[in-house]
Amino acid sequence: MSRPHLVVIGNGMAGCRAVEEILARDASRYRITIFGAEPRVNYNRIMLSPLLAGEKTFDDIVINDHAWYDDNGIALVAGDPVVAIDRRIQTVTARSGRVEAYDKLLLATGSDPFIIPVPGHDLQGVVTFRDMDDVGAMLRAADGGGDAVVIGGGLLGLEAAHGLSLRGMKVTVLHIMPTLMERQLDETAGWLLKDALEKRGQTILTGADTAEIFGQGLVEGVRLKDGRTIPASLVVMAVGIRPNVKLARAADLAIGRGIHVDDHLVTSDANVLAVGECVEHNGAVYGLVAPLWEMCRALADGLVASPSGYLGSVTSTKLKVSGIDVFSAGDFSGGEGAEDIVMRDAARGVYKRVIVRDDRIIGAVLYGDTTDGNWYFDLLKRGENVAELRDALIFGQAFASGGGVSANPNAAVAAMADDAEICGCNGVSKARVCAAIIGGAATLDAVRACTKASASCGSCTGLVESLLTVTLGDEYTGTREVPTACKCTSFSHEDIRRNIVEKQLKEIPQVMQALHWTTPDGCASCRPALNYYLLCAWPGDYADDQQSRFVNERMHANIQKDGTYSVVPRMWGGVTNPRELRAIADVADKFGARMLKVTGGQRLDIFGIKKEDLPAVWADLNAAGMVSGHAYAKALRTVKTCVGSEWCRFGTQDSTGLGIKTEQMTWGSFMPHKFKIAVSGCPRNCAEATIKDFGVICVDSGYELHIGGNGGIKLRGTDVLCKVETEQKALDYCAAFIQLYREEARYLDRTAPWVERVGLEYIKRRIVDDADGRAMLTARFHHSQSFMQDDPWAKRAAGEDHKLHQHLAEIRPMERV
Amino acid sequence: MQPEWLDIGPVDQLPSLGARTLPVRGGDEIAIFRTANGSVYALVDKCPHKAGPLSQGIVHDTTVTCPLHGWRISLITGHALGEDHGCVPVIPVKIDGGRILIGRAAALASVG
Repeated sequence: MSRPHLVVIGNGMAGCRAVEEILARDASRYRITIFGAEPRVNYNRIMLSPLLAGEKTFDDIVINDHAWYDDNGIALVAGDPVVAIDRRIQTVTARSGRVEAYDKLLLATGSDPFIIPVPGHDLQGVVTFRDMDDVGAMLRAADGGGDAVVIGGGLLGLEAAHGLSLRGMKVTVLHIMPTLMERQLDETAGWLLKDALEKRGQTILTGADTAEIFGQGLVEGVRLKDGRTIPASLVVMAVGIRPNVKLARAADLAIGRGIHVDDHLVTSDANVLAVGECVEHNGAVYGLVAPLWEMCRALADGLVASPSGYLGSVTSTKLKVSGIDVFSAGDFSGGEGAEDIVMRDAARGVYKRVIVRDDRIIGAVLYGDTTDGNWYFDLLKRGENVAELRDALIFGQAFASGGGVSANPNAAVAAMADDAEICGCNGVSKARVCAAIIGGAATLDAVRACTKASASCGSCTGLVESLLTVTLGDEYTGTREVPTACKCTSFSHEDIRRNIVEKQLKEIPQVMQALHWTTPDGCASCRPALNYYLLCAWPGDYADDQQSRFVNERMHANIQKDGTYSVVPRMWGGVTNPRELRAIADVADKFGARMLKVTGGQRLDIFGIKKEDLPAVWADLNAAGMVSGHAYAKALRTVKTCVGSEWCRFGTQDSTGLGIKTEQMTWGSFMPHKFKIAVSGCPRNCAEATIKDFGVICVDSGYELHIGGNGGIKLRGTDVLCKVETEQKALDYCAAFIQLYREEARYLDRTAPWVERVGLEYIKRRIVDDADGRAMLTARFHHSQSFMQDDPWAKRAAGEDHKLHQHLAEIRPMERV
Repeated sequence: MQPEWLDIGPVDQLPSLGARTLPVRGGDEIAIFRTANGSVYALVDKCPHKAGPLSQGIVHDTTVTCPLHGWRISLITGHALGEDHGCVPVIPVKIDGGRILIGRAAALASVG
């Protein structure tokens, strides 16, 4: 009696595993033939990375050798791929012309690497990372050393880069998104990974968009859309994979992104099944190995035993780069009701984040210590209620299941020995901290003041607060004299700024990791603040993060209630001329501005400009010699002047000229908040200099300098800083004062509350009494300005960030008849 | 028959943590958002509070903060979050082969 014939297309991991599962249930049910495109036995594709890295050989990664096929009576047709399926007469045809009839057909065609269709993608030396032949090509290229470019900073790309760099190539990874492995990792983990790979000598370029691959027949390098070129004798494309549905489509089976299958892996034809990366089940396609095992079990159950049904898979990811531990599972995009539990240990390079919703784990991202990855993943898959474990969850399985006492971090702190060291920086023991608390130090600041515990780097702040809670119980209110920057951190603004400079922190995720942020990527309060602090600390070095800026700063214009923008060109010292006025009038006509208004800062505001028109408006204003007035920025706004000695019968000095010089010196600087300056030509003070952040009142004998005024919600007249004799000194003091404000005020502090907090005496000491200090502040301001004084409008008018202004597309519905 | 989905362009034209706009002739403009992990959402570009352009707001997690008065709107449900109440229509989105597809019926719902 002849057994039914099962034909399997695909000799990869899915096809062979499915066969193994069928054999395990009933070894004699089917006569089996397997077609494979590659001329070799079944091997473990996910082990290609260790193979490339030289950690494994091909024999190590073979799953089923020839004996397995022979022992189980399986006919293997390797190196002769199936090219057609005829479902009507139930046959498949191979490239050689060989025809096999089937009773059941199993498609396990896997997926194809996605090739980005840039010019040069077909040059010799451009490879994918999918099979043994690819690895062979890469190893041959690596033999000659030289430069390799890997396009794609996902799992596969990074593993390829790791392997090539171990093989002695100089590797550059190009990734189009801002952070590595963005589908699996959040921003912080992505940054830590980038940092670790760079320390190993790889070059990682994020936000890198490939324009073309160039070379004469052989690849010579890659050119990015921003014009940069990277030399390469090997280019690996690892930007993603697509289900291989070619045969299924030609056979007219139902397909979406993959081949449609039901819960028993049966396609739209009852005699055709499909499994692995080529299928789409309930809208999901998978590119990982674990779902494939689950599919194969359900398939074999349905085909041989009693149907069990495949319910879809939850997946987890581990990066196979030795020495770098990365794990992620589930959903970490946050959203409503999701709560983040974050633990960071900067010294050990550990970042752990568990996302909980309705008392259940929905996702986890681990970097540096992945021991608990499987535990979190297990809790996630089982949908276990973790309410009881909540407080101890982030410390891992060993700690959380230690039970009783240790399930509560406060209890764990209480259980520490008296001589245990709390503060490593200052060598403070638990006993000393507790003694201080019992002695009356009832707040964090008081403990810091009398023991120095947590007063240096601050990373033991949490421990000290736990000791306060344990020792004082309900009496501990958690209040501090200096507030924390936001709810994401236990550090104050001042501590953050000090740490940025001392620890040489140069990127937002790096600050968050080093200072133990309790959220994965900060909030709308701390992100802009960190962006400013970094820009202030590292002028010319730090790249501004546009995503951490409010819309007005991103669009270089002021949004109005109807969604249009207003545009204010700079008018130096409030002085204009017929050419500028004509250009403004022309712009108003050409772009349909609905109002032109003279502002309080002595310039003209053009209202009602559409987002799409902004670059053209700027181009026209630039052409008339005007630049952005930064009316939208946390920066110098205006320098208001009166006409001074040039025209006014009371004027004592050239206030207009000094105003223009001041504005030319200070425009473009990024500050904690907006900053206004005025110069009045005599004590009648027509320019209202005494309610500005920095005001100058000219007198016969020189210039009175005023600081810290504000005409806003809370009116504050200026304090007199000092009097100087020359214009140059007025300018130097102005620069020094602005720099002190830039370096020491909290983000979103205007000068008025800042001066009140630190005291006028302090500022006089720094600016007036300390001549060397003043000169250094002035020099630092000018250094910073050398990077800041370029007109953002000119760059936008020339096409930079054009996507911000243009519509993606437009929908024009057809007229209904 | 009209197709159910409209192809409005390649997904790489969307800035990460940002949005692009899609005017609908005779109807309400649509905002297409992209989150940090690459997910794409679409809402009518009108805050339920004072009709501010949500496309110009700061995108955070699966939320956009309106640039006018700081209302936070869920990109998933279109509902205002926190203390505020209101809702903006959501347009179904799917990504296929690197192209953004949006639901025709919802996109044209506002066309008179």
